[in-house]
Amino acid sequence: MPAVSKGDGMRGLAVFISDIRNCKSKEAEIKRINKELANIRSKFKGDKALDGYSKKKYVCKLLFIFLLGHDIDFGHMEAVNLLSSNKYTEKQIGYLFISVLVNSNSELIRLINNAIKNDLSSRNPTFMCLALHCIANVGSREMAEAFAGEIPRILVAGDTMDSVKQSAALCLLRLYRTSPDLVLMGEWTSRVVHLLNDQHMGVVTAAISLITCLSQKNPEEFKTCVSLAVSRLSRIVSSASTDLQDYTYYFVPAPWLSCKLLRLLQCYPPPEDGAVKGRLVECLETILNKAQEPPKSKKVQHSNAKNAILFEAIALIIHYDSEPNLLVRACNQLGQFLQHRETNLRYLALESMCTLASSEFSHEAVKTHIETVINALKTERDVSVRQRAADLLYAMCDRSNAKQIVAEMLSYLETADYSIREEMVLKVAILAEKYAVDYSWYVDTILNLIRIAGDYVSEEVWYRVIQIVINRDDVQGYAAKTVFEALQAPACHENMVKVGGYILGEFGNLIAGDPRSSPLVQFNLLHSKFHLCSVPTRALLLSAYIKFINLFPETKPTIQEVLRCDSQIRNSDVELQQRAVEYLKLSSIASTDVLATVLEEMPPFPERESSILAKLKKKKGPGAVSGNELEEGKREGGELNGAGERPGDSSAIGASNASTPSPSADLLGLRSAAPVSAAPPSAGSLLVDVFSEAGPAAPAAGANDDGFLSSAPPSVVSEDPAPPLPESDELLNKFVCKNNGVLFENQLLQIGVKSEYRQNLGRMYLFYGNKTSVQFVNFTTTVSCPGELQSQLNVQLKPVDPLVEGGAQVQQVINIECLTVFSDAPLLNIKFRYGGALQNLTLKLPVAINKFFQPTEMSSHDFFQRWKQLSQPQQEAQKIFKANHAMDTEVLKAKLLGLGTALLEKVDPNPDNFVCAGVIQTKAQQVGCLLRLEPNAQAQPGEQMYRLTLRSSKDTVAKRLCELLAEQF
Amino acid sequence: MRFMLLFSRQGKLRLQKWYTATAERDKKKMVRELMQVVLARKPKMCSFLEWRDLKIVYKRYASLYFCCAVEEQDNELITLEVIHRFVELLDKYFGSVCELDIIFNFEKAYFILDEFLMGGEIQDTSKKGVLKAIEQADLLQEVDVSSPKSFFLFK
Repeated sequence: MPAVSKGDGMRGLAVFISDIRNCKSKEAEIKRINKELANIRSKFKGDKALDGYSKKKYVCKLLFIFLLGHDIDFGHMEAVNLLSSNKYTEKQIGYLFISVLVNSNSELIRLINNAIKNDLSSRNPTFMCLALHCIANVGSREMAEAFAGEIPRILVAGDTMDSVKQSAALCLLRLYRTSPDLVLMGEWTSRVVHLLNDQHMGVVTAAISLITCLSQKNPEEFKTCVSLAVSRLSRIVSSASTDLQDYTYYFVPAPWLSCKLLRLLQCYPPPEDGAVKGRLVECLETILNKAQEPPKSKKVQHSNAKNAILFEAIALIIHYDSEPNLLVRACNQLGQFLQHRETNLRYLALESMCTLASSEFSHEAVKTHIETVINALKTERDVSVRQRAADLLYAMCDRSNAKQIVAEMLSYLETADYSIREEMVLKVAILAEKYAVDYSWYVDTILNLIRIAGDYVSEEVWYRVIQIVINRDDVQGYAAKTVFEALQAPACHENMVKVGGYILGEFGNLIAGDPRSSPLVQFNLLHSKFHLCSVPTRALLLSAYIKFINLFPETKPTIQEVLRCDSQIRNSDVELQQRAVEYLKLSSIASTDVLATVLEEMPPFPERESSILAKLKKKKGPGAVSGNELEEGKREGGELNGAGERPGDSSAIGASNASTPSPSADLLGLRSAAPVSAAPPSAGSLLVDVFSEAGPAAPAAGANDDGFLSSAPPSVVSEDPAPPLPESDELLNKFVCKNNGVLFENQLLQIGVKSEYRQNLGRMYLFYGNKTSVQFVNFTTTVSCPGELQSQLNVQLKPVDPLVEGGAQVQQVINIECLTVFSDAPLLNIKFRYGGALQNLTLKLPVAINKFFQPTEMSSHDFFQRWKQLSQPQQEAQKIFKANHAMDTEVLKAKLLGLGTALLEKVDPNPDNFVCAGVIQTKAQQVGCLLRLEPNAQAQPGEQMYRLTLRSSKDTVAKRLCELLAEQF
Repeated sequence: MRFMLLFSRQGKLRLQKWYTATAERDKKKMVRELMQVVLARKPKMCSFLEWRDLKIVYKRYASLYFCCAVEEQDNELITLEVIHRFVELLDKYFGSVCELDIIFNFEKAYFILDEFLMGGEIQDTSKKGVLKAIEQADLLQEVDVSSPKSFFLFK
């Protein structure tokens, strides 16, 4: 039982809470809650008017139930009523309920906004603060529209109380974050900046968050804040630990404000004014000095607050990256923290040092800590700290210490937590390639990687090792020998078998002289793994076998025997069976010369970019390929290949002989990516690109197993567009009656739509917003028109930037031409990489036939005359359906107008009905449509129905419109 | 700050405050996931972790975990002290606060948090400043309600 019940306790609430706590099971709890909900519902519906206290109590109970995780679908109105109570306690609960359970119900928002408006103008600071809190908590666009103009005024007005100013500043910040377009600072800018000088530290603390956010977006307009921030900071830093009274926290003067000031300065380059800069450098030095002073308190709060400022100061020093002296001092300070007994400090020091490692001034200083960091990787008990250590090792790696760091990372991988293995593997692979002086070391490293963490070795990694081996003569023999040895292990990872199959198939001859690795030994070794492998690997092995026949004629009978056996030639997998059949035939009928040509060694891999694009252009024929059609082109190519040819059949042989690269070559598939002049592996390694590079052509060109085996073009890893999201139809329905809004949103991405239509043409703007702080790379979008839609709609995408920075938004324009009437929506596929992982999603583009409506005004007489003309059964479509939303005349009107038709007043004899008329404009024809919507508004809520009738000169149109519209009401 | 959660060692959510618009379904999912991650951590581990694209800063006080999700560039240590200051405020208000206080007076806990943080940013760091606001409100309540409900009803 609670020790205190401050203010006025609500007894019923406390009883209810203890009842819930006493429930022995989830079922009992649900039962109790349902009982309570029924009780509250009856109270709210009852005839007796509830007094404020009861209303407050019930609303509070509902809130409690909601916070337990149950749905609440009533009580909003009662909460709104509480807002206008003149009892503070009731008002407060009302606001709390609204803040937690916002409902976008427009009716309610109007009422809420009204109550807020009253409180804002009440001049009662407590009420004003409540209202501001509510705005900040809800932060919806409607609220921004209503109050974004008023709040700056409150913020800077001379007679506003300090506490209200604080709330106003943060409220404005929230609105600015949700609807920056509605918050116009203009005339207020300078007065807001000068809040930095306010006497009240609380006001400064609140205002600086607002100023920082505004400065990030409009640095130029707010740049006067730099000198003000420096002088404020300097005053705090030099103050004694008790000067600031209540703003001193465990002997540290104003730690929050200090951090925020340092953060604000990170929005700007170093101050140009010498005096300001001098003062700032002095501050930073003082902060660094203070870190060396003995602590004024043993409490962790003291050291946390002090170090929070220190880390923020170091962040600023790194941001400026121009003061070698400060950078080195920062590095030394962090070095001390690396061995601190506080885990938190070790974590932060590792993290902060990562950024220092990339500065030319401090890179060497960071490197001196390598032993400590390696030790941290080995001994830290917390995986998140070890992760930071691994990051730092990666960041401090260069040619001089690569071997050591890679070796340490490899040995760590043996015991590393599953959660970070994949990332570690990529890091090792990148470092090994980036700093490889001799390639045998590189090959060793990657094979070790597969051996230790095979499951986490992504395709890109093993593609890459094959590319490098193919491209470098000097390492091929070594690679063959090493992989042969690695395969001897009784249990080896399938990725090892893939690499082994590929490399021995190409370069097995280089080690065949040694009787211990004679051709037959090699073959038997590979084949001993065959039955343990998945289909794609088996397919790869079959290709390796046919290569063996060419390399070592003496293995031919053995291999033919294998190919001929039932488990191959009658394999239930079509791909495997076909390979077996075709390879067997190829090996028996082709002459040695033909075999040697077909199965010759892989040519070196090309530089990536243009070759893929050029090939695509060629394949797609006359239609030019624009950058963003690339993905689609690849996909189509993939399908074509998949359907059109099989490995080893005549077309493959033909292709292999042809000098032009062809996507249909199987074993030689890799060649199709190879330009005539083979380039050595580029210095900027492809693996690095897996992480960092934008551009559709970045992925390891050609070395994927599709290129080697199943003859898809050697482009991106097979990334067919995902099937449309299950909710895509629902999302589409949202846009039938409106043209703008948010089409889709998940944790990573938000897609907004704006569109406009004229005649049979439309233009759509898609806004892709990156909600994360990490960039999206290889961001590509494609639109496809499945089936007959292709001939009905012409959709063109303008290119979109392949790189979307964290927090940024990019725009894409889509031009749409309606050729003739259509039913389906085009599919929009979006792909990008987010932190290495491929994101692939497909939505429906919100284009429906009604977008091409031209409204037609007509008289009642004309309407009914035309209505009668369209009286054939197939010209009419009708649906009777339950109302999903309240029957609000204004809302209905707005929806029907949004549909694009003209809403005809005084046409239908029954004033409750709605009739509309419009002409759909397509390139091929115009289709007239008439609509009638009949609500039975008098019915009880829950039983309200509509009858919707559409007539149109084209039968499919009436039907389609009826389907679309039935979802809207 | 994106959100703040208070939950018990048994995985019961005691307070949740979201500073960006998030769908209810996503909230529940995130809460579940995050509680699992945090509760699985051992006492001596560091108070920060990366989770999705956020940084999590958490600290345990008696049976309650206070857990904040902040942006990449936010300062972890000062966030820890945000938590501590909030705990101090609760403590001062309830008089050595315990989990039950927060359960039974959840609305007060929300009010205090609101006075301290707004839109995910610090409104005032002064303990006096925040408590003054709350006390004023309480005073207003006492004035309104003619017959105060029995104070020590559950003692």
